Amino acid sequence: MKEILDRILPNYPPNKNDGLLPILQEIQKECGYLTDEILSEVGKYLNMPANKVYGVATFYDQFRFKPRGQFHIRLCKGTACYLHGSATYLNELEKQLRVKAGTTSRDGKFSLEVAHCLGACESAPVMRINDAWYPKVSPQELSRIIRSLKEKTV
Amino acid sequence: MLDNKEFLVEKILKNYSGIYDKPTAERLSQLKRDKILHPVIYVSMGTCGMIAGAGKTKTAVEQYLEKNKVDAEIVVVGCLGLCAAEPLLDVQLPGKTRISFQLATEDKVDDLLNSVFHHHLSPDNLLGQHKNPLLEDWPNIRYIDEIPFFLHQQRIILRNSGIISPYLIDDYLAHGGYKSLYKTVLNYTADKVCEIVDTSELRGRGGGGFPTARKWMVALGTGSDHKYLICNADESDPGAFMNRGIIEGDPHRVIEGIAIAAYAIGAKNAFIHVRSEYSQSLSILELAVKTAKSYGFLGENIFGSGFNLTIHIRQSAGAFVCGEETALIASLEGRRGVPQSKPPYPAEKGLFGNPTIVNNIETLANIPAILENGPIWFKSIGTKESRGTKIFSIAGKAEQTGFIEIAMGIPISKIVNEIAGGVKNGKKLKAVQLGGPSGVCISVKDLDTPIGYESLQAIGSSLGLGGLIILDEDTCMVNLSRYFIEFLQKESCGKCIPCREGTKRMLQILDEVTRRPREESSHETLERFKGVMELETLAEVIRDTSLCGLGQNAPNPVLSSLKWFREEYEDHIFDRKCNAGVCHDLRTFVIDADVCNGCNICQKKCPEHAIIGSIKLPHFIIEARCTGCGICFDSCKFNAIYFK
Repeated sequence: MKEILDRILPNYPPNKNDGLLPILQEIQKECGYLTDEILSEVGKYLNMPANKVYGVATFYDQFRFKPRGQFHIRLCKGTACYLHGSATYLNELEKQLRVKAGTTSRDGKFSLEVAHCLGACESAPVMRINDAWYPKVSPQELSRIIRSLKEKTV
Repeated sequence: MLDNKEFLVEKILKNYSGIYDKPTAERLSQLKRDKILHPVIYVSMGTCGMIAGAGKTKTAVEQYLEKNKVDAEIVVVGCLGLCAAEPLLDVQLPGKTRISFQLATEDKVDDLLNSVFHHHLSPDNLLGQHKNPLLEDWPNIRYIDEIPFFLHQQRIILRNSGIISPYLIDDYLAHGGYKSLYKTVLNYTADKVCEIVDTSELRGRGGGGFPTARKWMVALGTGSDHKYLICNADESDPGAFMNRGIIEGDPHRVIEGIAIAAYAIGAKNAFIHVRSEYSQSLSILELAVKTAKSYGFLGENIFGSGFNLTIHIRQSAGAFVCGEETALIASLEGRRGVPQSKPPYPAEKGLFGNPTIVNNIETLANIPAILENGPIWFKSIGTKESRGTKIFSIAGKAEQTGFIEIAMGIPISKIVNEIAGGVKNGKKLKAVQLGGPSGVCISVKDLDTPIGYESLQAIGSSLGLGGLIILDEDTCMVNLSRYFIEFLQKESCGKCIPCREGTKRMLQILDEVTRRPREESSHETLERFKGVMELETLAEVIRDTSLCGLGQNAPNPVLSSLKWFREEYEDHIFDRKCNAGVCHDLRTFVIDADVCNGCNICQKKCPEHAIIGSIKLPHFIIEARCTGCGICFDSCKFNAIYFK
């Protein structure tokens, strides 16, 4: 983690707060999530109190503070997806995969995230697992996806 | 012999008369792909296309070309707007018009390409042909712009969307791109640009509808050396995706618009704020900025005029409140995205304390066309109060989903019935939701209202960003209002109390309405009714006392659905009934004694022991014990259980 910070931070001017969000975004892209150490290191670099950095990071939905699962599931809960029943899909996923929305399962296999809108309303209801898209998911397809996910090993 | 870049810049861009000598016109028509020597295959690879499998389609096309030894060019284009028909595959043979196929998944590629190369088109998957007077038509095939989805559209911003490649700046230049920028920076002063845009009466497309040029003039009038322009492309409305369409279809139009606007206010730095979810839009924009810079359209001393501009691309970190300009500025400064009270307005004191203009991406994308064709032309489109066009994204229960650009003044019913093709599966239309989560529902009665700032305001609605959601008869309006309030409550930044506490309380009330009460004691019931009675007053207080637009508009979904669908609320409150069957908690399940064969599965699975009956005899649900969880409904193999 140290080397990632050493690589990313020098690209931004120190003591300038406007670099905070791009820095955090870049770190999260590399590490997958943010830890307390990262936040305090970034704070030191930008000469900002760690609590301020934490305050900013927790304000935005994009930042995660727990590692992602091997399969990171993002279920869209935009208006179009909601109308097509994505709320029941969320229940189903939570129940079947034993993971609550916004958390990672204990074995680190699944993490579930509810996205406000993935911007693919024409394919509603839509979900993403890692980088793959699953458009127009029907209840039957959902159970098929869940089954195949469960079978895959860590 | 000039290379393509030099040719386009020297001969086309710098000649804004539009009159070319013969060899120039000849070469331009080649670059515009009117006159081609080899077949050209266009694959629509916007986000919507990629989701539908355009990546595989492209691979299949490549394999086909290799296998059959066809010498053809593959061009990747953005979305045409008809997202429901993706992946789109267009083929253009030399001398013939471009023909378009819909739903061209990888397994169909071979057949489709065979049919074109053998000049024998089968009607399956055929969408239509692109009109081009220079080329020979395919016989008996409709034109794309005669399809109802496109017939009523007037495409200015989306003119090139789905036609040219967003990855190639030469495509945009060949279609007349960057001419307005060239003309502007060399011929007009900043004042003059503001004046032209003011004459065109262009108003902000981000929802507020403030005259764009007025804002610019304020920033121009301040004597600061450091000014900023922010292009807001962070559409965080759930259910809206037209900004994505603009970027992925024609990114250079956005950049040209930004450059002209920055020139008009005297800004040297501009920011584009894009949603981080749109990874493809981000990479397209990054490439577009880079190539525009290498062509000398951005950077230092643009066209030798002494005008400098740097465009920075920033990813939004995901906060709905950042649609408010002061919150957006706070987020760019690396602070929590919390709105500030105005004045001072950002145009006077914004980013880093300097004059800053925040414009929506759609507003800026209008600018090149206004300077190209003049303000009078722009004024001739639309209605008296609302000039120009507006982009809408159509989602929900529509037959055709996608994004469209229409002239202001077209009635909503036309969008719903003709462009979107009505409601999916022949269901009945219940309402149209316009303007995102803090927008309002427009009932069927108001459907003839023309699109425009004032006309929509008159019926208590607003244009918003342009997300249009079609709701069918199966939608529960109470549940939908609850959904919007839940979203807004989560996105409330927490700065002012009416919004922070008020939305929370509204959500609690709506929760009580859409859920089964935990206990029936008199106290609970009284509280429930008290809450419901307060809903309207509470909504009005939030609207009147909140600091920013998020809070002021937060009660809209509740107030509008209360206005038009009060009986639905009453059904939920008094009868505990959800006619649409959406509010799961309020369902009561009944076993059809004629169908039930007494398999006993539901009885075993019922967690509340609410089902009684002997094996091989019809079962019965005790209504008082039933919690409406629906497990029996899901587990019955004979469809003997239904809800009412």
